[in-house]
Amino acid sequence: MTEDELYRLPLGALIEKYPACRDFLKSYGLLTLDASLPFPQALEKDLPDSFREMQLSASDLADLLVAFHTSDADAHIRVSSLEIVGGSDKDGRPENISVMLCPGDVVSLVGPTGSGKSQLLADIECAARADTPSRRRILFNGTEIPDARRFSFGSRLVAQLTQNMNFVMDVSAEEFLEMHALSWMLSDTAPIVDRCFEMANRLSGERFRKDTRLTRLSGGQARALMIADTVMISPAPILLIDEIENAGIDRLEAMKLLTQGKKIVLLATHDPLLALSAGRRIILQNGGIRAVLEQDETDRENLKELSEADRLNTSLRQAVRNGERNGKDVGNV
Amino acid sequence: MKMITVAGPPSSGKTSVILHALASISGQKAAVVKFDCLTAVDKEQYEAVGITVRVGYAGKLCPDHYFVTNVPDAFDWAVRSGFDLLITESAGLCNRCSPYIHGIPAVCVIDNLSGIHTPRKLGPLLRMADVIVVTKADLVSQAEREVFAYNIRKMNPRATLLRVNGMTGQGAFLLAKSFALAPEKETLSGLSLRFTTPSSVCAYCTGEKRIGLEYPLGMTRPMEFDL
Repeated sequence: MTEDELYRLPLGALIEKYPACRDFLKSYGLLTLDASLPFPQALEKDLPDSFREMQLSASDLADLLVAFHTSDADAHIRVSSLEIVGGSDKDGRPENISVMLCPGDVVSLVGPTGSGKSQLLADIECAARADTPSRRRILFNGTEIPDARRFSFGSRLVAQLTQNMNFVMDVSAEEFLEMHALSWMLSDTAPIVDRCFEMANRLSGERFRKDTRLTRLSGGQARALMIADTVMISPAPILLIDEIENAGIDRLEAMKLLTQGKKIVLLATHDPLLALSAGRRIILQNGGIRAVLEQDETDRENLKELSEADRLNTSLRQAVRNGERNGKDVGNV
Repeated sequence: MKMITVAGPPSSGKTSVILHALASISGQKAAVVKFDCLTAVDKEQYEAVGITVRVGYAGKLCPDHYFVTNVPDAFDWAVRSGFDLLITESAGLCNRCSPYIHGIPAVCVIDNLSGIHTPRKLGPLLRMADVIVVTKADLVSQAEREVFAYNIRKMNPRATLLRVNGMTGQGAFLLAKSFALAPEKETLSGLSLRFTTPSSVCAYCTGEKRIGLEYPLGMTRPMEFDL
């Protein structure tokens, strides 16, 4: 939105062009303004007295609306490469390594608890410049992010999924997805909401409905919705995942979804199925990167066996839960 | 000396955020002055890590009047004591005001668990801050983080948004880096508040407890009700 548009277009047309306007006006209780006038003039005409007490004038509000619309400008930055330039481990031994990641790459991070998986994710989140305990440097499109831009950087380019996350809103699954899509100022939210909802159901194995409240979702359904939503609606080009394996979701489907996208995905995990599914895996030890392994033939064979075991596990779980034995319903008492 | 004002609702994590930020600053002598209403429990937390702290209780006074009438002395005390950095910490009080001063960096700490509409409810505390620190973001879904950030942007699109984990301190060193950008000041005298404090001083401000039209004895503003 430009200032010219703000002063030229009638408010009604402005809202049509920038749907988030309506939400902005709603937040300030200004939906009843005269839509046939440009926003600044409509404000001059009908600005409620209460705004004076908030020290908000008509021109302040006009400036705010423009600033609000330009405040997510760097949310859609394209990241064509992310490079992890090695620092040192907990004993100060240099890592002597550099890992280059491109959109579409899915990399797993493995290593025992305390080996430094979370620190590596944290380094990426804050665009480290040799100023975190690992002394690593993270380069985006080949360069470091200057400090002034790092401040709000992490919240824009990096999305996260961890085991600790919960839904704290009490809304339906559909309202939740709509609210998220709207917050990225998408004008037509219905198609993405539908696709995201379908994907979540595919991942969860157990169907839920669009009007199911978030608070009523099972652990697996909630996790499935979070994954689908983060991959499909969040525009962040980098996705950091910390241990989602115990979530009761279809992990193979989840990996498929992750690899289909154009995001750079880093996945810290103890689950061999997830670890081996990734194209590369970073082995961590004592806070440092010990090695980076490409998925090879042996990995793929192991992966096949694990997948079969996983399928057996899934189908037996389903059967047991449905009261079946040897594929037959045990019948009623 | 540099000064930073930090404010936010109760239990949003102000003290934890300040402690983590100060822990990542080296070679700077920092002091904290905590402004509170009736009680404050954070003094020990600061002292445990060797940070000099002074606590002021507004008690019967309007907390914001109390803040603005005492903060110049707090500043002078910190200068005379040889500190390089003074951080004032104020509890959220009634959300009517904000303890922010023109020319002094203002940090608002708000937590992601407090509900997605909280940014709208906070008023000048959020609207007039330069840096908004979001805590407890690790506990909610990515979507709720993003919607929360969006709701903050609606109210204050110009502020820098920073996520700090109050438990692990992750992100706090970036906040500390922003402290370093604060301008050097010699005195607060002559500066002005970003937002007015309440102008209506009535008998309730000075201890009146009885209810009834004859008691307020000062500026009042009656609500209008139908019928």
